Order: sequence, then structure tokens, then C-alpha cells
Amino acid sequence: MYAVRRWSVRHARGLNAFYRGFESLLVAGAPLWRLIGYQRLERPVAAVERVVKGVLFDCQMCGQCVLSSTGMSCPMNCPKQLRNGPCGGVRDNGHCEVRPEMRCVWVEAVAGAARIPGGAESIAVAQHAVDRRLQGRSSWLRVVQEKTAPPP
Amino acid sequence: MKFDDEPVPGYPLPILPGHTSPGRLERVLRAGQFAVTTELAPPDSADPQEVYDRARVFDGCVDAINATDGSGAHCHMSSLAVCALLTRVGYAPVMQISCRDRNRIAIQGDILGGAAMGVCNVLCLSGDGVQAGDHPQAKPVFDLDAVTLLETARTLREEHRFLSGRKITYPPRVFLGAAENPSAEPLDFRAQRVAKKVTAGAQFIQTQYCYDMPRLREFMRRFEDLGLIGKVFLLIGVGPLRSAATAEWMRKNVPGLHIPDAIIKRLAGAATPADAAREGRTLCVELIQELREMRGVSGAHIMAYRQEQSVPEIVERSGVLGDRKPWYPGRDQPVPETRTSP
Repeated sequence: MYAVRRWSVRHARGLNAFYRGFESLLVAGAPLWRLIGYQRLERPVAAVERVVKGVLFDCQMCGQCVLSSTGMSCPMNCPKQLRNGPCGGVRDNGHCEVRPEMRCVWVEAVAGAARIPGGAESIAVAQHAVDRRLQGRSSWLRVVQEKTAPPP
Repeated sequence: MKFDDEPVPGYPLPILPGHTSPGRLERVLRAGQFAVTTELAPPDSADPQEVYDRARVFDGCVDAINATDGSGAHCHMSSLAVCALLTRVGYAPVMQISCRDRNRIAIQGDILGGAAMGVCNVLCLSGDGVQAGDHPQAKPVFDLDAVTLLETARTLREEHRFLSGRKITYPPRVFLGAAENPSAEPLDFRAQRVAKKVTAGAQFIQTQYCYDMPRLREFMRRFEDLGLIGKVFLLIGVGPLRSAATAEWMRKNVPGLHIPDAIIKRLAGAATPADAAREGRTLCVELIQELREMRGVSGAHIMAYRQEQSVPEIVERSGVLGDRKPWYPGRDQPVPETRTSP
């Protein structure tokens, strides 16, 4: 929901701190997840993630979440799905060129990032091209698997 | 033997040390010259002559010609095809690639194809939304964004491979560009976005129209703070405004375009339409002269949609080329008796 989404950006600092804690818990639980099997967890976890992040951020389930780098404003809500910054068409009132009733997700992102410690640095990091195969999959499980994978 | 009607071929230049392309635009910029580029509106036609006619208008006054890629989300002849036609006779086009209409498979193919046909400059854009154009029913692609497109093009050139990792045998030697709009919100992020694009591979930037000099100066201050001067060639977008009404219309209908009231007032003060148009050109000349003096600015990108014929006059009056005469087909030939069409 648009109003909730805007609330989330205003509370980017708290949400980011909460997520950091949540992520540590997820990573700590890795042995258990491995035991159950990531395959088996994928559907239920993705379903929970879809609901929670859907409410808070209008999450589009791209499967490679960058919210912590975009001030808790989901870039997949940009009609052009720009993950590295705003396009040149942002209106003078800060609204989207494609959907004039919506604030540009990147105007929001810049405001949100300013509230997160280290946000100014992480928003400056260039994101790589999206892997479209991950659409609909859980970003949380992917992060845990990446963080606990044995070094190659 | 040489046929009489043989076109003047645009042989690629040798790539100098430290250069990435065999193109003239990179040469001019790296030599520290104030560069002038412009934009060619591709025709709604399959006739190559229309492309040559539109290019000829700029002979001797620009260093490169941008071929737009479905600008404003309107359908026209493709940028790749326009560039291929232009390179046949030696022009230095900038191939614009927008992410709106093609995915990474098609785009990488076009970069290889463009380079194979002599394209030396590529401008990587996100692209206007489909709602702005004549086919609002179309599916917007946006598989990549401008930054990942730059990264992709650089990977092809530097690492000699596709994004997939698959090897290519000969890389596209292209000079990579990106766009910026210093006058659009979020204003304090704009220079940062340029920095991101430079990290991803941008070597030159061409901007949207800049009519608001205080905003541009503010942008330049941030640009300098981020240490971008010397890391990327910045060409600022300018263009003649035909009348106060046109300016008003553009301000209202072109998203992200910012024209201060003072400029509109100045155009409105003209007595006749011809006076207004002249005032618009004078304003453009003054802007270019102001840019010439601005630290960190390497050139001007003149967008004169439907007023292309005014570009030579504007460049001439601005005096920014000095005694330099940019190359055009036939420039170095001793007075050709018949300049035949290609």
C-alpha cells in the first residue's frame, strides 16, 4: 500500500536496524535450515516474505532485495525498474513521469538512505543487472545461503 | 581504379594510446577541445536519403551526431540503422541505446553490430516510458537500466565477453556515454548518479537541456566535490527555444525539463514570431558561451528538434569552435566538382 510504503521510508532507520537483527537470526539458524532443506523451505518462506514485505514496501519479489541500499524504498516499484538511481524525467514536485500521482521511488530512496547509518555510501554502490530467474523466490533464504556458503 | 561516384569512406582512425575508440569524438575531447555534438531525429521513413539530408545540415559545425533511439517513446528508424548509414560516408555518430525496448540479449548484439559497422560512440540510456509515446500499449522492457547497460558495454569491450561470460573474439571499441539531467529532482543526488555511471564505465555525459544556470552551477559544485572533473567529459544539453509558447509547452509536457520563468519572459517580450525565434537562438548562443567558461564542462550538446537548420548559425555565433572545422564528408577534398549523394 502506497501510504504504508511511504511510512516505511520515513522509518527507514528503524526498519533497517530490525532487518539487521532479523538477518543475524536467520544466519544463526542456518544449520537448522540446512537440515530441513532450503528446497523445502522455499515456498513457505517466500510466502511469508511476500506478505510481510508486500505490506511494508509494496515488494515485487524480485528475489534479490536491495532495500538496505535504497533507503527502504523498493526500486522495483519504479515503472522502469531502475535499480541504480532516478531517470531524468522526475517532475519538479518529485513525482514520477510515468505515474504522476506517485512520488518517484528514488526521491524517496534518497530521503530514506539519509536516515540509515551508512546509507549514503550504500546507495552509491552500483547494482548489477537483475537475475530475472529469481523472480518470486525468497531473498531471505538466498542471503542466508550466500552468507553461510563455504568459501570457494 | 577509383569510380567517380564512389562514396567517401569513413575509415576508422588508429586508436591512440590511452584511447578506447577509433572515433573522432574521443580524439577531440581528449585533446582538450570544446566539443559540440547534436542530435539527428531519425526519419519516419525507410529512405536512406532522408538520413543523409538530415545529417548534411550539420556539416562542419559538430563533432558527433547522436542518433536517437525511439526518443519520447515514439517509433522512428532505428538508431543502429541510422548510425550504419552515417558511418558509410564517414560521419561520427553516437548510437543511443535505450533500455525500454530491448533486453540484454538484443542490446549486446546491437553493440557488436554497431561497432562492426563503424560506430565509435554509444550513449547508454534508461529511456522514456512508453506512456509518453505513440504506442502506449507496448510492453516496456527495462531488462537493464542505464548503469547496468554501461557495465555490460564495458564488459564487452574490456573483458571481451558477454554478460553470460561467453567469449567474443573481437571487442567493440566504443567510447561510452551516459545521460544526466542536472535540473531534475532529487537534485542533490544527480552528481552522485553521474559518479555511479562513471564507475560503471561512462566516459562522457550528455545532459538534458539546461536552462537554469544557478541549478547547473549547484550541480557542478557537487560534481567537483565528488572528484568527477577530469574523470568524465561533460557535455551540457542546450537548444534554441522557438517561442514563449513552445517553452511553456515543453516545460509542461517534457518530464524533467526545467525552464525558469525569466527565460519565458524574455521570449515573450519579442514583437514578432521571427523575433522570438531569433531571441531563442541568441539565448542558446549565450548559454553555450557561458558553458565554455565553466570549469569541468567539456562541450555542448545542441538539441534543436525541428530547428536543426539553426545549429550551424548557433555554433558559428557562439565562436566556441575557434578556427576548428569538424570533419564532414568532403571537407578535405579540393573543391569537389560534384558532391554526389551516397
